[in-house]
Amino acid sequence: MTEYHFTTPISEEEARKLKVGDVVYVSGEHVYTARDEAHERALHMFEKGEKPPVDFEGSVVYHVGPVAWQKDGKWQIVSAGPTTSVRMELFEDEFLRKYRARIIIGKGGMGEKTLTALEEVGAVYCSFTGGCGALAAKGLKEVRAYEWSDLGMPEALWVITAENFGPLLVTMDSHGGSLHKEMNQRVAARKAEVYAKIGIKE
Amino acid sequence: MKDPTQVIEDTTFRLLKMAVTRLPKDVEAALRAARDREDNETAKTQLSAIIQNMDIADAGVPMCQDTGIIVFYVKVGSKFPFTDDIKEALTKATRKATAEVPIRPNAVNPIVGGNSGDNTGVKIPWINWEVVSGDSLEIIAFPKGGGSENASIVGMLKPGVGLTGVKKLVVDNAMRYMGEACAPNIIGVGIGGGADISIKIAKQQLLRPLDDKHPEPEVAKMEQEIMKAINATDIGPMGLGGRTTVLAVKVDYAMRHPASLPVGVAVQCWAARHSKAVISKDLEVSYITHPLEGD
Repeated sequence: MTEYHFTTPISEEEARKLKVGDVVYVSGEHVYTARDEAHERALHMFEKGEKPPVDFEGSVVYHVGPVAWQKDGKWQIVSAGPTTSVRMELFEDEFLRKYRARIIIGKGGMGEKTLTALEEVGAVYCSFTGGCGALAAKGLKEVRAYEWSDLGMPEALWVITAENFGPLLVTMDSHGGSLHKEMNQRVAARKAEVYAKIGIKE
Repeated sequence: MKDPTQVIEDTTFRLLKMAVTRLPKDVEAALRAARDREDNETAKTQLSAIIQNMDIADAGVPMCQDTGIIVFYVKVGSKFPFTDDIKEALTKATRKATAEVPIRPNAVNPIVGGNSGDNTGVKIPWINWEVVSGDSLEIIAFPKGGGSENASIVGMLKPGVGLTGVKKLVVDNAMRYMGEACAPNIIGVGIGGGADISIKIAKQQLLRPLDDKHPEPEVAKMEQEIMKAINATDIGPMGLGGRTTVLAVKVDYAMRHPASLPVGVAVQCWAARHSKAVISKDLEVSYITHPLEGD
């Protein structure tokens, strides 16, 4: 396990250094939130040849629907833990190929389609501890824009400056490694032992 | 004379604020104990983040951005004099908490789309009503995130599979959603009644103190068995490996139809947030889970 501190935009070379089990802290201005609807919109815009309001290349895309409020006319992130990433499995591979984000953050991990795209593009998926919204907000220092606000607070595209945002645990890398896949195998291997505890013989 | 709607609203606002910022003592203690028990490094890191997050949230910040669809459990005494005021007060408190705590607006119209922006709307906040004898009002605010709610299920089993089939359903469900429900989880199981009754019983179990056990030994044994089985999976905190997959399993039941064996499984994330208060007929308020400072 190695600890990295990266500043955005993150290069393909930097992203390819990361391996499952490494820990990353991110700083910089290319940190964006995106859930189902923001992914869908970004892909539609690409198809229509339109430009999204931010440049996703080298960015950090965080699967989160934050709670935010306005203080003295300025938006602030109050609490922002990750949402379940597998919902974005529908969009993430295409999103990565088209926009070349380098770090996707969420919880629960993603599937084969995304893993293949991470390898192809040179990007990683990191897990941030689910439910730790207050801790995450500490690293999400400044809201620079609240784009696509018509999607509502959770689904909008929040444009953020991060400062030492983490710890982000690399759980899927660009070399085909996935802790989530490994966990599925580990749990499957224990099934007989688990069933024995409730009186089922397999 | 105090304004009853105002008293109920103010109480409910504090319940929501306390619920989303401070875990009940038993849940906090269980998470700290789990961190000390884990020998898996990843699990330790996840639980340390959870504990660090609790400490930050204590200053009045929602510990998790997802406070769910707002649900209340209300026990109203048949002689409580202000029953007419309750629904309006709970709705107003929800709006106020959304703006002032703040909590995330989560009420989305499933038919025409659109977020109402204030956590209220058709049938929401949802109120589980129970009329009991007495003259006081008990309110529990129960903000529960969508991730763990998505892991909840109802199984309509064939009675022939027996209690082994019930246990298998709960364990298989845990091995299906893995870390998606923000483990360590608390699992509520409701057996019997009908589809609706089983899941209602299951969800209510999530409000039980973590260290209690069902008064009937057969049920208590089942709680322990399921808990041990799930903790043997190695799913661990956030599904990243470790011995703490569930903090507790709570089971209860109702009589069943001869041809049915309904099983509700309600899954709670580690952020097992709830807060309870009792309001007397004279509008005196006692906060149960989150007492006022100095009480």
